[in-house]
Amino acid sequence: MTRAERIAEICAAHAALEGPLLPILHTVQAEFGCVDAEAEQVIAHELNFSRAEVHGVVSFYHDFLPEADPRPFIELCRAEACQARGVEALVAPAEAAAGDRVKLKAVYCLGLCSVGPAARVGETLHARLDASTLVKLVESA
Amino acid sequence: MTSVRISDDALALACGADAVAAAFAAAGCTVERVSSWGMHWLEPLVEIGGMGFGPATPEDVATILSGRSAKAIGRIAEHPFIARQQRLTFARAGKTRPLSPEDYTASGGWAALERARSMAPTQVVAEVTRSGLRGRGGAGFPAGIKWQTVLSAAGSRKYVVCNADEGDSGTFADRMLMEGDPFQLIEGMAIAAHAVGAAQGYIYLRSEYPHAIRKLNAAIALAEAQIAPFRIEVRVGAGAYVCGEETSLLNSIEGKRGEVRAKPPLPALEGLFGCPTVVNNVLTLAAIPHILSEGGASRYDNLGIDRSRGTMPIQLAGNIRHGGLFETAFGITLNELVYEIGGGTASGRPVKAAQVGGPLGAYIHPRQFDQPFDYEAFAQADGLIGHGGVVVFDDTANMGALARFAFQFCAAESCGKCTPCRIGSVRGVELIDRIRGSAPVADPVTALPQMHNARKSAPSRAEDLTLLEDLCETMQYGSLCALGGFTPYPVRSALKHWPEDFA
Ligand SMILES: Cc1cc2nc3c(=O)[nH]c(=O)nc-3n(C[C@H](O)[C@H](O)[C@H](O)COP(=O)(O)O)c2cc1C
Ligand code: SF4
Ligand code: FES
Repeated sequence: MTRAERIAEICAAHAALEGPLLPILHTVQAEFGCVDAEAEQVIAHELNFSRAEVHGVVSFYHDFLPEADPRPFIELCRAEACQARGVEALVAPAEAAAGDRVKLKAVYCLGLCSVGPAARVGETLHARLDASTLVKLVESA
Repeated sequence: MTSVRISDDALALACGADAVAAAFAAAGCTVERVSSWGMHWLEPLVEIGGMGFGPATPEDVATILSGRSAKAIGRIAEHPFIARQQRLTFARAGKTRPLSPEDYTASGGWAALERARSMAPTQVVAEVTRSGLRGRGGAGFPAGIKWQTVLSAAGSRKYVVCNADEGDSGTFADRMLMEGDPFQLIEGMAIAAHAVGAAQGYIYLRSEYPHAIRKLNAAIALAEAQIAPFRIEVRVGAGAYVCGEETSLLNSIEGKRGEVRAKPPLPALEGLFGCPTVVNNVLTLAAIPHILSEGGASRYDNLGIDRSRGTMPIQLAGNIRHGGLFETAFGITLNELVYEIGGGTASGRPVKAAQVGGPLGAYIHPRQFDQPFDYEAFAQADGLIGHGGVVVFDDTANMGALARFAFQFCAAESCGKCTPCRIGSVRGVELIDRIRGSAPVADPVTALPQMHNARKSAPSRAEDLTLLEDLCETMQYGSLCALGGFTPYPVRSALKHWPEDFA
């Protein structure tokens, strides 16, 4: 099956939902690591939207990426409660350890605000981070 | 065989609960995974016969089982942090297995739905109104009045939408409720559906909460028969803070950009797909089963002060020694919360400030900590209680940097619909950088060649401060929603109480 056919299949699988676009985009993002121009075109065609409409939605949300990033991802919370617990001081060592190999992404709150600094790698959460545990996390990513 | 209870809440997992559970199982114990008590500094918290041990590591297993652990905290239910609370919404916290229908029914679950379904919708709405319950998502709008509007609205297709976007830093009560007691939220939604005449419900849940998504989906599947013919579906957000705003949330469910809609029309009249819609926060809906139990409404109304009735699940977060979930009647002061219950800062340094109500809430100086926790008292003091998050900062915090962050966050998360927010937030970051910079610099915009009449010299600090106040006023009064409209609160309060941090 080509990529376009697979995306059309994803659209069809969600056809019965009210407002199917976001669930479709999530599925495409999870499967291909991005929602790129080709995907937008297929989705627009399947749902009978204009490409501009689909692109407008895709580009609005932080979760959908225009191109896939093959690097491992670490999401580090940089919101107020984690700032209060010292996350900013961990950023420089973490970035140094990450270099170009690991993508260190700032996110705003993981719901672990009483035990920050907090980070998420996929579905695994990490709390009470300090410089050395975060650097280890980056190195093992 | 010793029976051990350990939470499987995301926070406990982040603190290593799975490894501790595995170590107890390896030592021959039966391990039961329950919801979290909400004493986060003690997670992973181990419970054996009512006695608590925490924060536990796999290495502690042998000493805990031998009864000689230095991490013993005594009887959990009698711990001062728990004993001081009035837990209604979180009555089951720490006590039940989140996905066990037996535990839920045995602890009084589904009784309220059964009672509500034996009543006329107007009676159900009347009880909710009588309880004094106000929306726990931020705005504090009376839940009963909203339900009445949807009930009276014309139309056969109506919706109940649960706002589980919980984007505020310093808040985790929605997450704990969804992961720890998902059936209670489902029951609350089913009661709301009966009260307003809705057949379909949606839970809009942020993508940052994968554990809550999994638990709720599982719970909905288990409760299908109980709530039928009402149906609930989880819709996952996509990382936009503004989608917590109710009209933006509705657009997002509809598959559109999460832009805020102008009100009127109210979502209660023209909400999801243009149909009358109840939009309530997780905690608002989860409070409903208690209120709809026999005599619950008047018990609820008897708690609290003035127009803030019932209990509020307060979240103690940031640099605080005893962080966690503290549900109590309205009226408690920040002094009690931060010092007595929270034990001051985790770092042991003096408290500098507390931000209450998320990123749009004011920074409160310790000299105002005698203020009671109540919607009106906070509003009067130019603050908000919002979703009940309290984030504590010690004296190493720089309030100028936090004011800058408030603008930066607003710029990153603005939906872009209105100018004061979309552009004002960006200008705010630049302005604060100028004010905090060492040398005066000319505004890059007025320095452009096409700005013929603009002044080319650098503005003075006093002029920049006036401009900042001007900007705050424009954003406050000119923004369509509270993202742009309330960003001035953290900025102004920081500048007012800690001007030295803006030097
Ligand atoms: C920028 C912004 C973000 C919001 N985020 C949330 C949120 O995450 N959760 C929530 O319940 N309400 C949030 N609200 C408030 C909702 O607009 C709305 O008032 C609430 O969902 C109504 O439910 P309630 O009456 O039960 O509180 C937000 C509002 C704004 C302006
Ligand atoms: S204030 Fe900001 S987030 Fe709210 S509607 Fe205007 S641009 Fe959108
Ligand atoms: S602020 Fe970092 S987890 Fe909430």
